[in-house]
Amino acid sequence: MLKKILSKAGFCGGLAFFIVFSASPFYIMLITMFKKSHDLFNPTNNPFILNEPFTAEHVKLLFTQTLYTTFLLNTLYVGVAVVLITVALSVPAAFSLARIAGRWGENLGIGIFLTYLIPPTLLFIPLSRIISVLGLQNSLWSLVLVYPTFTVPFCTWLLMSFIKSIPREIEEQALIDGCSRLGALVKVILPLSVPGIITIIVFAFTLVANEYIYALAFIQDSAKKTIGIGLTTELVRGDVFYWGALMGGALIASIPVALLYTFFLDRIISGLAMGTVRR
Amino acid sequence: MAIVELKGISKSFGQVRAVDGVDVEIKDGEFLVLLGPSGSGKTTLMRLCAGLERPTGGSIVIDGSVVNDVPPRERGIAMVFQSYALYPHKTVFRNIAFPLTVEGMDKAEIRKKVEWAAGLLGIGHLLDRMPSQVSGGEKQRVAIARALVRRPKVLLMDEPLSNLDAKVRHSARDELKKFQREIGVTTIYVTHDQAEAMGLGDRIAVMHEGKVRQIGTPDDIYHYPADTFVAGFVGTPPMNFIEKDGLLTGFRPELFHPAELISDQDPVRFRFRIERVENLGAYSLAYGTIGSVKVIANLSPRLRIREGEERDFGVSRQDVRYFDKQTGAGIRR
Ligand SMILES: Nc1ncnc2c1ncn2[C@@H]1O[C@H](COP(=O)(O)OP(=O)(O)O)[C@@H](O)[C@H]1O
Ligand SMILES: [Mg+2]
Repeated sequence: MLKKILSKAGFCGGLAFFIVFSASPFYIMLITMFKKSHDLFNPTNNPFILNEPFTAEHVKLLFTQTLYTTFLLNTLYVGVAVVLITVALSVPAAFSLARIAGRWGENLGIGIFLTYLIPPTLLFIPLSRIISVLGLQNSLWSLVLVYPTFTVPFCTWLLMSFIKSIPREIEEQALIDGCSRLGALVKVILPLSVPGIITIIVFAFTLVANEYIYALAFIQDSAKKTIGIGLTTELVRGDVFYWGALMGGALIASIPVALLYTFFLDRIISGLAMGTVRR
Repeated sequence: MAIVELKGISKSFGQVRAVDGVDVEIKDGEFLVLLGPSGSGKTTLMRLCAGLERPTGGSIVIDGSVVNDVPPRERGIAMVFQSYALYPHKTVFRNIAFPLTVEGMDKAEIRKKVEWAAGLLGIGHLLDRMPSQVSGGEKQRVAIARALVRRPKVLLMDEPLSNLDAKVRHSARDELKKFQREIGVTTIYVTHDQAEAMGLGDRIAVMHEGKVRQIGTPDDIYHYPADTFVAGFVGTPPMNFIEKDGLLTGFRPELFHPAELISDQDPVRFRFRIERVENLGAYSLAYGTIGSVKVIANLSPRLRIREGEERDFGVSRQDVRYFDKQTGAGIRR
């Protein structure tokens, strides 16, 4: 009996720890967003609560004195375009590497993943040449063009291991049941890959929303900035950090992504698990 | 009339010769069992028939035409995989209907045929379930119904009972045979379980290391094994072998009796030292030696036998088989 209570308590304790651990950044962001600057900058105040009445001045600043909604829309715009390109390229690439190319596919898959490991901090230099040759400086299209260089390899690799985990016999069964190779892919393997495809959509979008270096290097106009650089360049003026607005902007931008994850959590987990555990 | 002919079929994977020159003819309506230990090339041979692998040598003839270069969908075959390979995202109905849907058959016709196949296998009440919601035995029936719905010329089955637990396996075997007789579909059936092979097959092809060692009726295989491999593989416990007069003498444990119980006037006699007796209810197994060779006798449990005693045992002359000492090939006398 005692043992049962103890194990239950241990479980709840662990759960509570992780809830606090993962929710506290959001809590800090939330209260900072509504804290008076005077309250925030006073080191004798308890940092975890509102010591003075709340204020909406930071939120007002965010929406009236920066192009915050434009940043959000730009991110959405680039995100959707990049997701479309990524899906269009990754899905057929992953299928053919996983199923048709045999041993070659394995090595090519590893090669593709390796390109993902080259850091953007190196790549942005040659890529900026290409962007200027194409005349895309200071245009959102530069990001639409460049982001797939990391979303496609990553998503191809993820989807490839996902497709590999679909038993080959299911596909062979489709061949016997009257499908051609292509028919088997479209009618059987594609529907079974939906969790994997949802996973790469979410990942591609998140990678885009998080990207910083390319956006910083290629975009100068405030009206064309995405959320990542928009907030940090417009709300850090000289050595003045507009903490309340920064936190508010980051928090609001993270809400749709959080919703996306929550909504598709089961599928994403099964997508990731199937992708990583080989049978 | 032979509906499937395999002529000198071979398949190598790199250095591994998975199937090595197999010649088999399967008659229309026949139930042929491919029997062999794991790794003997049974699955590969079946996949060659299905068109999932291309042979490296020889030819496959189905219903009169060479199908070496014909894709699986045009061979008129159906296959039940060991794992059943049900489409996990489709209901049972849509699983069974899938081969017909692909053909573009109209809805009413599909429903009629699916209901026929489901009725045949007694799974009519499961049609709206998902594969994850049915038991192992039911999954197997769904897979068979899906295979039969198109009325294939040849039905291929790869160890379809091996994923079932022992209890269900017995009744499933019985039903398999019944419906195969009922619709008379030519069947090639793979198994490593010799009891399953003996119970199901009209004929059995025993495979070893990619070669067919013997083809024949269960009786033939059991009583007139072509070589020591077949003799040792079929039957539990396996045939006993004793070296005698320059030949290998083989006899079945259940035909090895105390000498006084044999009606034959002149049996082949052995001095049997019994070391251990296992009473298994229906029969008992006596483990012991003749000379220094280990031998097993399958005896009636009513027989009074003591561990440690040495007795005159024998085998009726007509029940003894002879094999070449070097090659293991059977010698007819
Ligand atoms: N795709 C393959 N690639 C390489 N070797 C294979 C392949 N399929 C089967 N083999 C080999 O061929 C032999 C026969 O295999 P298999 O036909 O599966 O035997 P069984 O079904 O009788 O157990 C084994 O040695 C196996 O390792
Ligand atoms: Mg096998």
